[in-house]
Amino acid sequence: MAWRTMWRALRDGPATEPAPAADPLLAESLAARLHAAAQRRLGRGLAIRQVDSGSCNGCELEIHMLGNIVYDLERLGLRFVASPRHADVLLVTGPVTRNMHDALMRSWAATPDPKFVVAVGDCAIDGGVFKGSSAIIGGIDAAVPVDAFVRGCPPTPAAILEVLCTLVEANTPPPERVRRM
Amino acid sequence: MNARTLLLTATAEPCAPVPRRQLTGSQWAAFVAALAQDSSLELRAMWADPLNVYAVFLAPEDGTVMFASVPVELGLYQALSPARPSAALYERMIHDLWGHSAADGLDVRPFLDHGNWTATPPLATRPLPNLTAPEPKEFLPVEGEGLHRIPVGPVHAGIIEPGHFRFTAQGEIIVRLEARLGYLHKGTLGLMQGKSPRVAARFAARLSGDSTVGHAIAFARAAEAAAHVLPPPRAEALRCVFAEVERIANHLGDIGAIINDAAFALMQARFVWHREQLLRATDTAFGHRLMMDAVVPGGVSVDLAPGGEERIIQVLDSLAAEWDALLATYDNSASLADRMVSTGALSADLATSFAPGGFIGRASGQAADLRRVPGYGHYRDIDVEMPVLTTGDVDARVRIRMAEVVESTRLLRHILPRLPEGALVERLDALSGEGLGWAEGFRGDIWHWVRVEGGQITAVFMADPSWRQWPLLEVAVEGNIVADFPLCNKSFNCSYSGVDL
Repeated sequence: MAWRTMWRALRDGPATEPAPAADPLLAESLAARLHAAAQRRLGRGLAIRQVDSGSCNGCELEIHMLGNIVYDLERLGLRFVASPRHADVLLVTGPVTRNMHDALMRSWAATPDPKFVVAVGDCAIDGGVFKGSSAIIGGIDAAVPVDAFVRGCPPTPAAILEVLCTLVEANTPPPERVRRM
Repeated sequence: MNARTLLLTATAEPCAPVPRRQLTGSQWAAFVAALAQDSSLELRAMWADPLNVYAVFLAPEDGTVMFASVPVELGLYQALSPARPSAALYERMIHDLWGHSAADGLDVRPFLDHGNWTATPPLATRPLPNLTAPEPKEFLPVEGEGLHRIPVGPVHAGIIEPGHFRFTAQGEIIVRLEARLGYLHKGTLGLMQGKSPRVAARFAARLSGDSTVGHAIAFARAAEAAAHVLPPPRAEALRCVFAEVERIANHLGDIGAIINDAAFALMQARFVWHREQLLRATDTAFGHRLMMDAVVPGGVSVDLAPGGEERIIQVLDSLAAEWDALLATYDNSASLADRMVSTGALSADLATSFAPGGFIGRASGQAADLRRVPGYGHYRDIDVEMPVLTTGDVDARVRIRMAEVVESTRLLRHILPRLPEGALVERLDALSGEGLGWAEGFRGDIWHWVRVEGGQITAVFMADPSWRQWPLLEVAVEGNIVADFPLCNKSFNCSYSGVDL
């Protein structure tokens, strides 16, 4: 039994795929902004709080998939946390509906500085197909400042992971700091 | 006269494929009174426009669909909720969106309207500016000793849609749960008005992301019925493929998530791995992991790409190869059974009264499945087998979902090699008409209605089955411990966006 399992493991290899490459330009610009504050406070890891501010749930389905064994985001120092108070990153989906505006603002206010906001999906960019509806106030940046956008309806898990990896890259402490730890 | 006969005596307005029975106020009142004594008609959807209130009924015995409407007089209509309690949530939504009040309604509190909109009611002919500040929500009263309230949401701890759950608990036991939704209201119905069905289909595909195919099919069928157009056979067959792939993908994700809430992470890893493979195969076959906008009024917008069929079958084969081992783990783990069995039980009586449809209904003795009765599209040519359980607990819902995965796999293996040749889409001319469309999504029965004038939509509604499932979740958790709520909630997996509109 054990031999068969071992043989299967050797034959098939791990299901987890290599991580996507980071976008160098975005990494550079984000790194510059964060250099002073973020590197001191955050290690090589980011805690993410997801907020659905009006999505159809399509983006949530794909964000969910980041946790599966194919993408396994925790190996990259990324993890989802249950409270904005524990978060470095707000991963926000959907247009901002009038009925979710207050909850989004409160989540944002509860997230300690320095923080990143990543707007996920076409609706999060400018309202997407819902642009012009009187029931929404617009894309995410109509409510809170946004650091990075991920396009797509919904974006693939790989596209979302690419931006998150870029954030980690931008956030990596200088070598001497790593040695001290 | 029984309720059905009363409907048949009313004026028939042109609507395809089912005529709409336009009742007068007094005929409607008699109909509601008759319904209270008559359980043969199940309420399946309810909505309004500025002039009328509409209701769709299904007779489960023979699959007859009955469509009724009643004019609103001085902002009032006779409530349906005293005869069909599931109407209460629809009546609250109708009041918030169109301003029509249900006389004698069981519950008249706001639902979608949180007091934040700029003009209300948004879908009335002339909405008025909203000048009042939002008021605190009023919750249902609970009496008893030692009760405490647990407010949860709208932003939840996990990655799920926003909604507010107000628990009242006695110690660890849930005494009452109330779900307050509407946070995701995007004004979707208003955006669809004035657009052609082809353009508006993008909104139907984004009512509830996990049911994008189900809603797109129901909408397309309503638009096609209004235009008296039939999609080509290849499109009908491809819609079946999309729908069954969507069903399997959602069930795999949900079964994994439910089991993970009982701390069986390994099983979740396997179920979700298969889900990922299926989404990738779908991307190969149809160019999009969730098949958004693949269904359009008149047919489908994508054909099966070369190699797509093989990819899908390959994924189904690999799932089948592991299926028995996964099932054995589920069956043979006492600690898993301890969490699943008898948890969140929904009684057959309540299921009969609310007719929730889908796997929730099938786990509580309700056989209803629109693919079988009344049937539609390509499903009329194939047999769909669905088991029914009666225990109504989390375990039953998981087992029904597992059975649906097996059956949908069988259907895909049957349909894919036999796809008819031919065109993908039929033209919809800019005509006028009214149409009703239905589809069996992974949650259950979806109903769409559309009125088109000169090629433009003048009135529309999209009804997700969650309207009748949310109230049942509230009841099913009563007497359970608070810690089991995630299990119960995930086993239902009602749509938030689907009812927030």
